[in-house]
Amino acid sequence: MNPTEHRPDTPAPEPADAADRPGPDRCLEVDGLSVSYRAGGGEIPAVRGVSFDLEPGSKLGVAGESGCGKSTVALALLRLLPRSARISGRVLLDGEDVLDMRWGRLRAVRWAGASIVFQGAMHSLNPVQRVGDQIAEPLLVHGGAAPAQARSQVVELLEQVGLPAWRERSYPHELSGGQRQRAMIAMALACRPRLIIADEPTTALDVMIQAQILRLIDELVTGRDISMLMISHDLSVLAETCDRLAVMYAGRIVEEGPADEVFAAARHPYGAALSAAFPRVGDPASRRAPRGLPGDPPDPAELPSGCSFRPRCPEVQERCSEVDPVLWPAGPGRTAACVQVLPPEQDTRPPPGRDRASETTGE
Amino acid sequence: MSRAALAWTRRRRALAGYARAFAGNRGGMAGLAVLALIGLAALAAPLFIDADALSLTEAEGGRFQPPGPGYPLGTDAFGRSVLDLVVWGARISLTVGFLAAFVSVALGTLIGVVAGHFGGWPGNVLMRVTDWFAVLPALVMAVALAAVMTRSTLTIIIAIGVTAWPTTARVVRAQTLAVEARPFIERARALGGGHAHVMLRHVLPNVLPVVLAQTTLLVAEAILMEATLAFLGLGDPGTVSWGGIIQEARTAGAISSGIWWYMIPPGVAIAAVALSFTMCGRALEGVLNPRLRERR
Repeated sequence: MNPTEHRPDTPAPEPADAADRPGPDRCLEVDGLSVSYRAGGGEIPAVRGVSFDLEPGSKLGVAGESGCGKSTVALALLRLLPRSARISGRVLLDGEDVLDMRWGRLRAVRWAGASIVFQGAMHSLNPVQRVGDQIAEPLLVHGGAAPAQARSQVVELLEQVGLPAWRERSYPHELSGGQRQRAMIAMALACRPRLIIADEPTTALDVMIQAQILRLIDELVTGRDISMLMISHDLSVLAETCDRLAVMYAGRIVEEGPADEVFAAARHPYGAALSAAFPRVGDPASRRAPRGLPGDPPDPAELPSGCSFRPRCPEVQERCSEVDPVLWPAGPGRTAACVQVLPPEQDTRPPPGRDRASETTGE
Repeated sequence: MSRAALAWTRRRRALAGYARAFAGNRGGMAGLAVLALIGLAALAAPLFIDADALSLTEAEGGRFQPPGPGYPLGTDAFGRSVLDLVVWGARISLTVGFLAAFVSVALGTLIGVVAGHFGGWPGNVLMRVTDWFAVLPALVMAVALAAVMTRSTLTIIIAIGVTAWPTTARVVRAQTLAVEARPFIERARALGGGHAHVMLRHVLPNVLPVVLAQTTLLVAEAILMEATLAFLGLGDPGTVSWGGIIQEARTAGAISSGIWWYMIPPGVAIAAVALSFTMCGRALEGVLNPRLRERR
């Protein structure tokens, strides 16, 4: 589908060269994205060369502990990071580099091209404004809609996320946590984006509501050919919702592959530890002995030599301190960054084309 | 329909809660009562004081008549009733107080929100300018301004307005920083909102409670400043104001001649109104800020 036709609300015109470019077959292409924060005179790397692609209509889950760079990646996609952050690499949204965009174009792309469902809907709504006005906000900001028209669209959106129309007049404090998250989802859908970034959309919700919200997101996203990037620390949630899974550790993707395969049999010890941390329904053994992973993620200012997961790795080997493994093919459609999957003859020097290792296995 | 009715009931209950909290503050209630009395008198003044009573030439009383029948607070150098003058003076004092407070709060809010929103060097420059105005003696500045411009009530309002804003700017900037750190601001930026959108739609409504409390406190300051400027002879000579009455009393030698009724009533009026506004402002602050409410 032609992207311009898909987004009637985009206020700024497409750049002139958009027509010359071949039609993008990927709605999001992230290439060597690195983010570092200036702090205390030094630069602290938060994200170190992350690359991934997202085809239209596909769903990618990004998993990892707090502080591994998941949310930084999400915010970098729309250049929402604080001024102290330095971003490098490329983020192509429908073939256009977000990192080079002019301010006006960036504003137009925000929400109309890609919208975000933030974590903690409670705080992402302005407490002194009615929910309906806030859902109408992107419609009005992105031009086009007259207030009356926006109002009818708001009612429609509320219905789609399962909220009664009169909720439009409510203030955020009058809604429950699940209802607020529904309102946030309605807001994310308002401008018919091609991509939705869901940053821990179910944090702080109880399990029943979590399931409802996930089902809702799944329905809405699947029904309209929207692609989604979902971020969570909960591997089981991601495995259920997404097609593919990427596991992040210390600012890098350490494993990527089809969601169920990564969840069931991770090739990277960190991925395995994450998936083992959640007891599985119907598997009494895992319920009686849920396994955690001792230790904390490394301080990004002082990463260990070699593999950054080495200090916590249950399967650490001698060469782990010498090799900093990069993503390497680990089965059909899968990659992992662990010495165990590196071919033996490659183990002491980085393989060619290290940054694009994920692409070499893509086909 | 029942939903709307429910919402209204709830809103009314919330307002009643605020009113009750305010009513629980005795200082605030006393201040409010005094203000209501003076405000009412100022509004109704033209009904029972005719222009002749305030005219320098047409007034009927004798010179420096002590308080007595017909003149509860005596008369001034021109035979005018001091009570009439004080009541009439409330009109100017309150008008100037409110308008000057409004000007300075508007200016302070604008600068505070902009400085807090942009941060970085523009914010720093704005705050250094604010500091500069804050350390500048406001009275000297206002005197200078009032002396340069034409002598009118508007001049006084402007002179007070442009000198009293630094406190508001600082308070609003601090509140803006707190609001800007909240996630819904990030959400507003993510959905493509520009600076103006974020500042007007999200920051401003959230800093308004602070601004409101600040305004009531500033009215008191503005009234004092107006009285001071009028006392220094910088007011509009054609109008009757409390500061102006005291100044006339001073030039007429009221202090040395023991004509206390010429000086004390306007002085008490100034003190009463300023105190009342301060007490109301404090009470309002306590009501709008639950953390203060609990500590009381």
